[in-house]
Amino acid sequence: MATDVSTLHHAPAKQRRGWLEWITTVDHKKIGIMYAVTAFLFFVIGGLEALLIRLQLGSSQNAILTPEAYNQVFTMHGTTMVFMAIMPVNAGFMNYFVPLMIGAGDMAYPRMNAMSYWLLLFGGIVMYSSFVFGGGAPDAGWFAYAPLTSTTYSVTRGMDYWVLGLQLLGVSSLAGSVNIIVTIIRLRAPGMRFNRMPLFVWMSFVTSFLLIFALPSITVGITLLFFDRNFGTNFFLPAAGGDPLLWQHLFWFFGHPEVYIMILPAFGVVSEMLPVFSRKPIFGYEFVAYSGVAIGVLGFTVWAHHMFATNLGVIADTFFAAASMLISVPTGVKIFNWLATLWRGELRFKTPMLFSLGFIAMFVIGGISGVSLAAAPFDLQVTDSYFVVAHFHYVLFGGAVFALFGAAYYWFPKITGKMMSERIGKWHFWILLLGFNLTFFPQHMLGLQGMPRRVWTYQQNQGWDFYNLLSTIGSFCIAFATLVFIVNFIISLRKGAPAGNDPWDAATLEWATTSPPPAHNFDVEYIVHSRRPLWDNKYSGEGRGMTINYDFHPHLPPPSFAPIIFSFGLFVLAYGMLNLASAPLIGIPIILVALAIAFVGMNRWVGEIAQDPVL
Amino acid sequence: MAQAVVRDIDKNDPGRGLDLRKLGMWTFLGSEVFFFGALVVTHLSMRGVVAPSSSKTNLNVEGVRELFGYNVLTSILAFILLTSSLTMVLALDGVKTNNQKRFRFWLGATIACGLIFLGGQVYEFYHIVHEGVTIKNMMFGSTFFFVTGFHGTHVAVGIVWLTSLLVSAIRHPERYNAGNYMAVELGGLYWHFVDLVWVLIFTVIYLI
Repeated sequence: MATDVSTLHHAPAKQRRGWLEWITTVDHKKIGIMYAVTAFLFFVIGGLEALLIRLQLGSSQNAILTPEAYNQVFTMHGTTMVFMAIMPVNAGFMNYFVPLMIGAGDMAYPRMNAMSYWLLLFGGIVMYSSFVFGGGAPDAGWFAYAPLTSTTYSVTRGMDYWVLGLQLLGVSSLAGSVNIIVTIIRLRAPGMRFNRMPLFVWMSFVTSFLLIFALPSITVGITLLFFDRNFGTNFFLPAAGGDPLLWQHLFWFFGHPEVYIMILPAFGVVSEMLPVFSRKPIFGYEFVAYSGVAIGVLGFTVWAHHMFATNLGVIADTFFAAASMLISVPTGVKIFNWLATLWRGELRFKTPMLFSLGFIAMFVIGGISGVSLAAAPFDLQVTDSYFVVAHFHYVLFGGAVFALFGAAYYWFPKITGKMMSERIGKWHFWILLLGFNLTFFPQHMLGLQGMPRRVWTYQQNQGWDFYNLLSTIGSFCIAFATLVFIVNFIISLRKGAPAGNDPWDAATLEWATTSPPPAHNFDVEYIVHSRRPLWDNKYSGEGRGMTINYDFHPHLPPPSFAPIIFSFGLFVLAYGMLNLASAPLIGIPIILVALAIAFVGMNRWVGEIAQDPVL
Repeated sequence: MAQAVVRDIDKNDPGRGLDLRKLGMWTFLGSEVFFFGALVVTHLSMRGVVAPSSSKTNLNVEGVRELFGYNVLTSILAFILLTSSLTMVLALDGVKTNNQKRFRFWLGATIACGLIFLGGQVYEFYHIVHEGVTIKNMMFGSTFFFVTGFHGTHVAVGIVWLTSLLVSAIRHPERYNAGNYMAVELGGLYWHFVDLVWVLIFTVIYLI
């Protein structure tokens, strides 16, 4: 039965080398790495924009930025962090680890997976090219309220670039989510039932469903906006009978699930890390998994709590306030499960553990300010103030970013085969924790004192100088901490200690293969018998966690140019659309060329499917 | 022995038996439901606004109701589009029973129905613009063109899809057969969805 493992490799016919290897790859691990690296670059860009904002607000009546530049910078900061940093880092980790954790050889649709990545990169380029070609970046805020987005108030082409960039990012996310859902339903190892899946896989599953149901709403919204700005419609223009609130509904029906799209994968990685570093199984696996589902479902019923100030009426306000408070129940369930996992555990304070604990503490603070904001009367007092800014940075930075840094330390050994420096890692954590709180805690006070968000500057006699200065100092601590992370990353990549297969003595399948894993992930097929296959094999007896099927022939699709060609066609199409209304003689030829490129890519793609029936 | 174990476990886990591509298609259509949902909601929230946004048209409320109300042309078009779902089922049945002739005939009929529908829609658009309602000058016109235009785009994509199936079936006569019909079934799923959505859009725009 046992065959020599090395004969089981079915290396693809053509293996490309160098940069072509990355351009043509359909390997979920390489794509995951490209996702994460690209997203980190955007995180740095968005961070630099944040520093500009903080410099401008560091003292009263500052004029480091012009008001116009300030609008562009805060809009791009939000847009970048949400769509091009946190979402794709999540997508990167999902890409790399969902197949490994469920014992699969790749994603369900390897080529479509590559397309998702290229559309992310191209979408980001479209968005940022507005600085050069658009006469200015988008400047109406990341949630782009009408009528600020109309051509009257947003005179540059920036918002058009914003719409088309988001369209590409939307297609990328939609394709990525379909891929994750099908991979999880269809490619689990034998015996890996739903209630045995690692919790990160569970949360990836829920997140992907949120994406496929939430994205269409913003797609319709931004398309209407594009028509308003380019083709003379008046959907969001009240003077002509349009309705600016329609935009808010369409945006937030996407935008609130989006919040969970960013945080649920973070919940997932924390639920992986805490048990490993507490040396205990997760407390209440079912509750952690199903509360994630509950959050996902309830997440679609709360969008109008972003709109309390728009006079929806008492009944609507009551409903949305109650639904929003209801979400704190499953979220609280998770937090108590994490605490119970720690309880009487044999805690090991490695860097990923520190970030997990930091995540819980910071997220709870953000959660408490969130529940307060769910109360409509309180919301009316502080809406659009710095209190809200503080709140969502506590959940998205203190929550998602902390968890994702933890995940980076946790999975770096698996991805690279080397350990990250614990010593530098701990410096990174403590500086980040200090800088984060110094930046965002004072903003609670500023908000309660009435400082509105998105103001370019303020007067000296308003008494906001001190807290703003603290906040600015804190933001530079965050920047320094990020620099420490980059240094750690580079040093560890070069001289990190060898990691071995399973450096943390963890429980899930990704640690059963080598670090880094081979292209086909696993040399054998694992038949799973428990939620913690590695631990149960080690501590309960061989065969209790999983058994091995050696008669296994992994199949990998060959590298392909089709995804990048097709994505490039859509990228060019965006520039054609930009010129369609203003300069049709330029726009229409560009569109035709773009469609031709996309057709070439699609044709190649279909041809490859005919030979190798994997999308 | 291990193989036997794998098969036993598979039996208890229905998810692992589903067709990979079909599952993806269903997931995508789930997303499309929300896309058309948002379109229809946009139309419903705007349909009360009949005041012309500019003075270019002299239609009043009654005129708009009449223009967009129930009429014979759109009813026939809707009937033809729904019939194309039936012909698609027959085409799939043809390929499943290895009857290439039947498969190609009904696939061609489906494409023809789609083309007639699109042609009718183009005529209707022309007629409405001629009556003075454009996408710009009246909110009802804006949402009408937006919603039906996006549905029409979906029909057009479907026609391209089914035509590429037909061309490939003619060029490689035995490519699709009783053992390999998933490509046809996927195109069919999409086509049925586009037809079904028209039931909703037709009701909301013309009947209500």
